Order: sequence, then structure tokens, then C-alpha cells
Amino acid sequence: MPAPTPPSTRTVPLTGWGRTAPTAARLIRPRTYEEATDAVRACGALGARGGIARGLGRAYGDAAQNAGGAVLDMTGLDRVRTVDADAGTVHCDAGVSLHRLMEVLLPLGRFVPVTPGTRQVTVGGAIAADIHGKNHHVSGSFARHVLSLELLTADGEIHTVRPGTPLFDATAGGMGLTGVILGATVRLLPVETAWMSVDTERATDLDDLLARLAATDHYYRYSVAWIDLLARGASTGRAVLTRGDHAPREALRTAGWAWGTRARGARSAERDGHPSPLEFRTSRLPAAPSFVPEGLLGRTTVGLFNELWYRRAPRSRTGELQRLATFFHPLDGVPHWNRIYGRSGFVQYQFVVGYGREEALRRIVDRISTRRCPSFLAVLKRFGEGDAGWLSFPMPGWTLALDIPAGLPGLDAFLDELDEEVAAAGGRVYLAKDARLRPELLAAMYPRLDEFRELRRELDPRAVFVSDLARRLSL
Amino acid sequence: MKDAFGTPQSLLVLGGTSDIALATARRLIARRTRTVWLAGRPSPELEAAAAHLRGLGADTHTVAFDALAPESHEAGLGKIFAEGDIDMVLLAFGVLGDQAGDERDPLAATRVAQTNYTGAVSAGLVCARALQAQGHGSLVVLSSVAGERARRSNFIYGSSKAGLDAFAQGLGDALHGTGVHVMVVRPGFVRTRMTAGLPEAPLATTPEAVATAIELGLRRRSETVWVPGALRLVMSVLRHAPRSVFRRLPM
Repeated sequence: MPAPTPPSTRTVPLTGWGRTAPTAARLIRPRTYEEATDAVRACGALGARGGIARGLGRAYGDAAQNAGGAVLDMTGLDRVRTVDADAGTVHCDAGVSLHRLMEVLLPLGRFVPVTPGTRQVTVGGAIAADIHGKNHHVSGSFARHVLSLELLTADGEIHTVRPGTPLFDATAGGMGLTGVILGATVRLLPVETAWMSVDTERATDLDDLLARLAATDHYYRYSVAWIDLLARGASTGRAVLTRGDHAPREALRTAGWAWGTRARGARSAERDGHPSPLEFRTSRLPAAPSFVPEGLLGRTTVGLFNELWYRRAPRSRTGELQRLATFFHPLDGVPHWNRIYGRSGFVQYQFVVGYGREEALRRIVDRISTRRCPSFLAVLKRFGEGDAGWLSFPMPGWTLALDIPAGLPGLDAFLDELDEEVAAAGGRVYLAKDARLRPELLAAMYPRLDEFRELRRELDPRAVFVSDLARRLSL
Repeated sequence: MKDAFGTPQSLLVLGGTSDIALATARRLIARRTRTVWLAGRPSPELEAAAAHLRGLGADTHTVAFDALAPESHEAGLGKIFAEGDIDMVLLAFGVLGDQAGDERDPLAATRVAQTNYTGAVSAGLVCARALQAQGHGSLVVLSSVAGERARRSNFIYGSSKAGLDAFAQGLGDALHGTGVHVMVVRPGFVRTRMTAGLPEAPLATTPEAVATAIELGLRRRSETVWVPGALRLVMSVLRHAPRSVFRRLPM
């Protein structure tokens, strides 16, 4: 038998999804656990610059970059190993994307427990960033649904790590710095259809929005508010709420679906114009062009977009059937949408402040509105109970996420001021999206940072695992 | 590491007493810069500059560096990079010389060329290699509009800057895609110690304005920065002016 070819390596410049601060690294693409082990051993031997795992590159900042060192492209580890349909669990490699999982699982009547605004994230990345979704107030973050994971540590050994252990809690949200996640067993959600039943309503200002969310969020599994941060004065914080749950089969029948016993035979179903209720369909628009002039997304264009988006939403509509992809992942429809911000790229700012700190939230929304940051992807939602991850982002409270072009003058100082406000209110910013936090504030935001650093020192004394994020914030 | 806005956390200044460099360092310290290396010939001025930056809250070190001793660059600069990553190198040394005197004294003229060009080639290459090894960083080179087209009144200085400018552009192309960013800064007449007592040229600017332009250039990852920006247009006109006209311009 011919010897297997070693994984290819080449030196490439890499950025996060925000396309800021490029750095170059050797990219290694392991395809098996053995190749990953070899790659980590090689990272240790490379000298001081180590390695870090990278999935599909959707972290906005520099979490999956490692200047001058190695970056392990995990998308080569992409096997869905076993699905236990009765127990509702899946065991898969870390490089499997949520998109792939949905393709595999939906026909079996299962859905991923937590999905962010894109399907293009890997299971390993989902654990390393301990991602959250529109169901956080009900379901918590991704790691809550992980039954066990395989972690390749700096010594080149593979450990099975279970919840409730320090290593698990350091790894969930640990930004890949405890080791390379190779695979995981994840608990799934049963669903009857690939459709969502969605209620939409408008909130006229921030107070109205907070009141509506606080009063009725617990009726919905999924909930999110798009907020117009360019609206000022009396309509500051006006928003469109979209909330819903997986549609039961009954809802489809009510809507005029007829598939009966023929539904399993896809062909006959297609002939009827009604595919299987569990068929996972997505749509794609043309990709964003690779060159976009700087300043295209100014206050005028974004303001116009926001106005239309707000007006277009119904004042109130209930029980609308939407495809999963439409409800959860609208941005996946435009490949490379991150290019629209031009050469300087963009930063995403996401923070959380606890319940009872609504004053801080109001002040921040006011400041953003007054400053007229051209942001058309601003999202507000309520978090439920936080999870055990030491650097896990969610905590009970309000979280706001917004995109801002990095080329906006004075943005750096402005965001520093917001950080101060967030930290003073006992809140924090999300490391998977950060590209600019002042390192001094990190300990205030993440009280278990010292434990994390201590564990890393013990587990990885030679700093085999390191990223630009880790260097920038001294993780 | 640099942040999303290109602001460095550590800075190495070659030519540590330069007014423009110190204005830039002050500006960056107000943002993210916490470690500053000031490289230059040992002098009370260099120490005073370090003390001043230390007072602003940066961990500042001085290190001996002589542009005219290229054989010492590899070892001297290597020591700094061995201490940790340098996110930005600001190549700010240079001498103006005395045009009239230098025309009569070729050895003195050579000193201008050696400082501004040869010294920069050597130090620039040493830093570029170190930055490439760490996979990131900005090399900011202080060129001059004088290098854009040599003028009768300071062609010795201008030609040295022209060489430096061409070198830095080529280096930037060579490093494209390595994570290292090279930025050429072309200020016009800057009111500094170097130009004290000289007649002021039109569009004269200040070290602070150059520092502001450098910070903006870092954010945009610009390859060329003119200070003030209007000089880009002015110089593109002058560059194409016929020799017979250019010669007679009152500059």
C-alpha cells in the first residue's frame, strides 16, 4: 500500500470574518486524528509560535489566526460518525459544519440544539466559542448540549472530556487554547418539519422593545430583535421582533399541505409540488463582489436600508411559515457578504449586560444612535442562564450585537468608551467577535480568567496552542 | 498584536529622537501601544525622549543604533526582536545635510546618502526579515516629497530619499501576502528641529499631523501616505512638469 501523503502545508495570510488585521501562518489540513496528532507535535517543535485550530473562519476577529506559526484547518476532519436516532445524539468530527449536520439530521427529524446566524460554523468552533443562538433564553449555549468531546492536548494525547470537569469548562468557550477539539457527541432536538412558525411584530422604541421581550419571550423557543440603531429621538431603539418555534406537521397541513403516505417518495412528492416536510432547502444569491469601494455603506445608504427594513416588517403577524434557513441564517444566502465593507473590513461589537442593568443598555443604545454608527445588522436578544465555561460569553441579561465598518473615523476610541460602560455594568464582550478590546479590561469582564490562565500553564507549559487573540489579550 | 484598527501594542522606533517619531509614539501610546523601543545613538536626548514616553505610561527602552554602522544592525536589532513581537517598526532616522556645503564636500554628501539610504536598506531588510518570521507587523518608512522629484535646492537629500522611497516600495511588494505591511509616508515640509531656521515651504505641516496620518494609514493598511494629503495631487503635477519649467520653479 502506498504511504499516505502528508497533509499539505503552505504559508498564507489569514484574517477573521471581519477582514481586519491579516497575519500569515503555515496552514496544515489534517484529515485524520493521527494527522492532527502529528500536526500538533510539529507545532510544539516549531519553536515559540505554536498552532491553533481553525474551522470555517467565521469568528470575526483574530481567534483563528496565529501569526508566524501554524494554523490547523479542521475542515478536513468532516465525518459524521454515528447518529443515534432513538437517543437523539450525533457523534461527529470537529470539522463537520452545522450545515452538514442539518442536511444529515433533518430527514431523521432532528435538529442541532443551537445554531448561530450562520450554518457555516464547525462543531469544534461551536464548542470553542461556546456559541449561542436565538434560543439561548431556553436552551443555553452550545456546550450545554455536548455530552462528551475528544480533545487533543499539547502533549499529543487525545482525551475524552465530559461536562462537569475543569478541562471541559476551560474548553467550552476557551477559544481553542486548551487543545484541538477533534470530535464531539452532541444531543439533538427532535423536530417534525423543516419549517418554522414565526411571529413578527414591531416595537416603536427601546422601552417598548424591552417590555415586549421581557413580558413574552418565555412563550417562544426562538426569539430575536433586529434593532434600528440609526433611528434617533423618540424612535431610538425601534425594532422588529421575530420569534417562533419549529412548525409541527399539523401547521403545514393547516397551511394546505397534502403529502399523506406518498410523502416519503420524494419524486411523487415533488410532482405534487409538496416535498417532504423534513426536506432541508436553502437558497443562495450571487456572492458579494471581491472589490467594494470604501464608504459604500455610509449613514445614508444604511439609514435608507434600515428605514425600508423597518417599514417592510408587518406591525404584527403570527404563524407565518418560514424555511429554517430563512429564519435562522439569512446571511448565508449571500456568500462572502463580509466583503461589502470594503478593504478596511468591519468589526462586530457584541456585549451583554445583566438584568437590572437596563440603564446601561439604554445609555449605550443612545450613544450609538447619537453617534450615527452605520450599522444595519444590529441584533438584540435576551440571554437565559449562563453555562459553566470559564470564558463562555453568555450570562443572564441583554445582549446587543452590531456590525460597524472599521474605517469609521474615531471608532476605536468610541468602542473603548462603550467597553468601559459595559465593564462598569458587570457585563462583557464576546471574544469570538472581538478584534480590539483593551487587554486591561478582560479580567473584569471574565472573572475566571486567572483560572483559565493557570490551567493553560499547567496543561500547555510550552504554549503549543496560541493564537493572535491569545497574544493580543494575554490569554 | 495589532488590533482591528491596525494600532500596534509594541513599537520600535529607529531614530528615536525624531520629532515625527515621538509625535507618532505619543499618539499610539494614547491608544494601545504599551511597549516602545527607542533606537538611536546613545545621547541625553534619547534618554529624555524615553523618559517622556515612560511618563505617558509606556514601558520604554532605549537601545544603541547607528545608521552609519550597518554591520551592527543584524545583531543589535535582532536582540530587540528576540525579546518579543514588534507590531510596528517606524524607520524615522535621516539627516537633511547642508546642500551648499555638501556640494563642495563630497564626503559630507556621502554621509547624507549613507545615513538616509544605505543605513535604511540595511536596517529595513533586517527588520523585514524579523517581521516576516513573526508573520505580522507594519514597517512604516518616513520618506519625503523631496524624493518624488529632486530639486535644485536639496537634491542630495532628495536623491537619498528617492532611493529610500523606491527601496521601501519594492520591499512592500516583496512582502505582500506575508502578513507584513510596508507603508511609505511622504511628508512635505514639517516644522521640526531638522527644518528649524529654514524658509517654510507651502503646505507646511507639523509632526502631530504626520502622526495622525500615520495612524489613519495603519487603519486603512495604506501603502503610501502623503502629508498633507493635498501633496499627492501637487506632486503628481510637478512630477510631470517639463525639466525646463521645473528648474525655474521657486522652490
